[in-house]
Amino acid sequence: MKKTLALLLTGILALSLALAGCSSSTSKEKDEGKGGTSEAKGGVLIYGKGGDAVGLDPAIVTDGESFIVTQQIFETLVKYGEDNTEINPGLAESWEVSDDAKTYTFKLKTGIKFHDGTDFNADAVVKNFQRWAQSKDEGKFAYYASMFGGFEGDEGHVIKEVKAIDASTVEFTLNRPQAPFLKNLAMPTFAIASPAAIEKEGDGFTKNPSGTGPFKFKSWKPGDTIEVVKNDDYWQDGLPKLDGITFKVIKDNSARLNAAIKGEIDLMDGLNPSDISKVTGDEKLQIFERASMNVGYFAFNVEKAPFDKKEVRQAISHLINKKEIIDNFYEGTAEPAKNPMPPSVSGYNDKVEDYDYDVEKAKELLKKAGLEDGFKMDLWAMPVPRPYMPDGQKVAEAIQASLKQVGIEANIVSYEWAAYLEKVQAGEAQSFMMGWTGDNGDADNFLYTLLDKDNIGSNNYARYANDEVHDLLIDAQSTADEAKRNELYGKAQEIIHDEAPWVPLVHSLPQLAGSKTVKGFVPHPTGSQSLVNVSLEN
Amino acid sequence: MFSYTVRRLGSLIPVLLGMAFIVFMMIRAIPGNPAQVILGQQATEEAVAAMTKELGLDKPWFIQFWDYLSGLLKGDLGVSLKTNSPVSEEIGPYLMATIELALIAMIIAVVIGVNAGIISAWFQNSWFDYVAMVIALIGLSMPIFWLGLMEQYIISIQWDLLPTTGRDNIRDPVEAITGLYLIDTLIQGRVDQFFEVIKHLILPGIALATIPMAIIARMTRSSMLEVMRSDFIRTARAKGMRMFWVVYKHSFKNALIPVVTVIGLQTGLLLGGAILTENIFGWPGIGTYIYDAILSRDYPVIQSGILVIAFLFVMINLVVDLLYAAIDPRIKYK
Repeated sequence: MKKTLALLLTGILALSLALAGCSSSTSKEKDEGKGGTSEAKGGVLIYGKGGDAVGLDPAIVTDGESFIVTQQIFETLVKYGEDNTEINPGLAESWEVSDDAKTYTFKLKTGIKFHDGTDFNADAVVKNFQRWAQSKDEGKFAYYASMFGGFEGDEGHVIKEVKAIDASTVEFTLNRPQAPFLKNLAMPTFAIASPAAIEKEGDGFTKNPSGTGPFKFKSWKPGDTIEVVKNDDYWQDGLPKLDGITFKVIKDNSARLNAAIKGEIDLMDGLNPSDISKVTGDEKLQIFERASMNVGYFAFNVEKAPFDKKEVRQAISHLINKKEIIDNFYEGTAEPAKNPMPPSVSGYNDKVEDYDYDVEKAKELLKKAGLEDGFKMDLWAMPVPRPYMPDGQKVAEAIQASLKQVGIEANIVSYEWAAYLEKVQAGEAQSFMMGWTGDNGDADNFLYTLLDKDNIGSNNYARYANDEVHDLLIDAQSTADEAKRNELYGKAQEIIHDEAPWVPLVHSLPQLAGSKTVKGFVPHPTGSQSLVNVSLEN
Repeated sequence: MFSYTVRRLGSLIPVLLGMAFIVFMMIRAIPGNPAQVILGQQATEEAVAAMTKELGLDKPWFIQFWDYLSGLLKGDLGVSLKTNSPVSEEIGPYLMATIELALIAMIIAVVIGVNAGIISAWFQNSWFDYVAMVIALIGLSMPIFWLGLMEQYIISIQWDLLPTTGRDNIRDPVEAITGLYLIDTLIQGRVDQFFEVIKHLILPGIALATIPMAIIARMTRSSMLEVMRSDFIRTARAKGMRMFWVVYKHSFKNALIPVVTVIGLQTGLLLGGAILTENIFGWPGIGTYIYDAILSRDYPVIQSGILVIAFLFVMINLVVDLLYAAIDPRIKYK
């Protein structure tokens, strides 16, 4: 028996060894020769996350799991505030905007070097923008095209020219004013990369990135860990505080928390609301709450009966008890939503009064629509947890129960996520749950993107079209004056509220857990942030 | 034996071709455009259209399949749509991680399962027999994710015995050479890391071993019972042979064929079925790799990933067939 077993195992082992030969070692150590300094205080922070990065070239990737890494390696010309989306100096120390809001002149910080040793200067900025604008590659630089209206030569392209005036001055000339221009520039995707490294690495740049950030890329074990180490030549004195960060993938939220409890990881995102008590009850752990920049909503396809009638939509708006949903499925870690954008975004209209939970009013409205006996409908439930929707199925069941009170029979429908998105986008759903996390903290990125008639077939899943709203949103897009814009957005929110294409449900507050030794960590509303100020202290 | 092996390897080609075709058609039948999934909710229509074109997904399916096949013949497993890197380069580390875990799981499953089965048969209807078979039944029906989380909670956190996740100590990572960390650490002479790797293997190993262990125990028991009722065993016992030898040498050797079959099958299933264990234990294995690829409709990765697993599965079956001949001289391959 022993012999047989040994033979079987040897066979498998031999096979695996043979296969090992054809595997390339993608985890090549690229140690920068400073290996011996890790005992200095600061330490290496282990950051647990739910998925691996897709790539580390910030211009190409679109997912948060990649950005949390690239934000340590790269920096942008301007950056968001520590816990808000106000604009602060980044690689540019100051800037001037011309009166017609079409020329932006940036004064760059000097003496900064990329991780590959080349200089950061105006030329590098120009080359980065040329790389995106001249590529005409929507598949690759999707974010560039969507934030700046296409590529060089396209009709809607916002950036006319990027010019180096001298080594430390860059001038952007725009074809037309773009109100959220600076906020766009602060998005992690428009970080400035070393042109020399991009040229040298070619397609490999996404696996061997080089920026100006506080940490340098060290190694990547696919599906497992990504290591970054302190950039000793970082331009800000005394920063970063950590010697390095290791990003560790643990897909399951509960398992990730177990690793945090055990002390195997120092910080983790994606804490289940239901696990919060485990963290607060553990004296070694602390909770971090991310300010909300998202909205979870329940929407109607306004092209499909009976939701083409405003009264029906309003009636259902009166039937959904947001407070109960938040208490039961978010463990209180969300605020009820009344607008399609969160209060943290400038232009939020707090004067809008939410539809109160009132079954009688709902019945009246249904009667007005001639549907007092109720009707049958399909309610599409999100199949995957998302930051704005931890358990779509259960929330759908709660909504289903509410609708039953007035005789509406909701049939819950669900598909696997990729199919769900595609079908909802194609307008197949009668009513559905969905959500959105903002890209750049601008109202335009919520209202125009999600509810303008231009975006039907794209992100306007409700297929809501209103010319008045459209005019307001377009007007706001080309106005640089913040107060004027906010007024326009305020008005748009009033109309949208009255027309009720959506029932905005919640703005959730994503939770993170970490060891008590983690100091100086401020979660950013956009979903990822630089860890330059974080330290580990006992 | 040699010509048999060659013939068996030759018959692999149509099997793998058929497999490639079925997988190819199946993943294209499910809705969801990879370009949309890769670019995310934020993408514009134009971006999705451009990406679809760039990925070659606007071509007719037979041209896509032909491109894929002709690439395969050149040893090219395709390029991941998501990461833009060749699958043949990416898949190695994931595969090694799973093989290491599956190996340990099979060792646990075979050692415990076979012995539990033998002892249950030997002392049929004893308390051991009942307890072992009840445990086997529970093992069969236990959800892996629950078992995994319980292991972590009780063994790692409450008792503080073993690490919860990962393949190595993240604060002192193993440098990969072959991708099998048990071997890599020994090559580098890092005995401390070697034991660290073993510690990390135990919990996911047990979680993954539970189902095959239960199946192997039940199969061994019933196969043993059958053999032990046969004449030659009765003769051996009548001659006064010690029971231990009767059971472990004579009976078990003859009961081995179905057991080996089950072990072979289960080993193959482990390779593909490790997704849950890998998810729970932060194990960067091929199950997770393919699972992520399915969610993002990363066609080349799904196709080639499943193909590689199918290849291993067939190879394991080949080893099992060869083992038959070694175990039972009556089975001869001409």
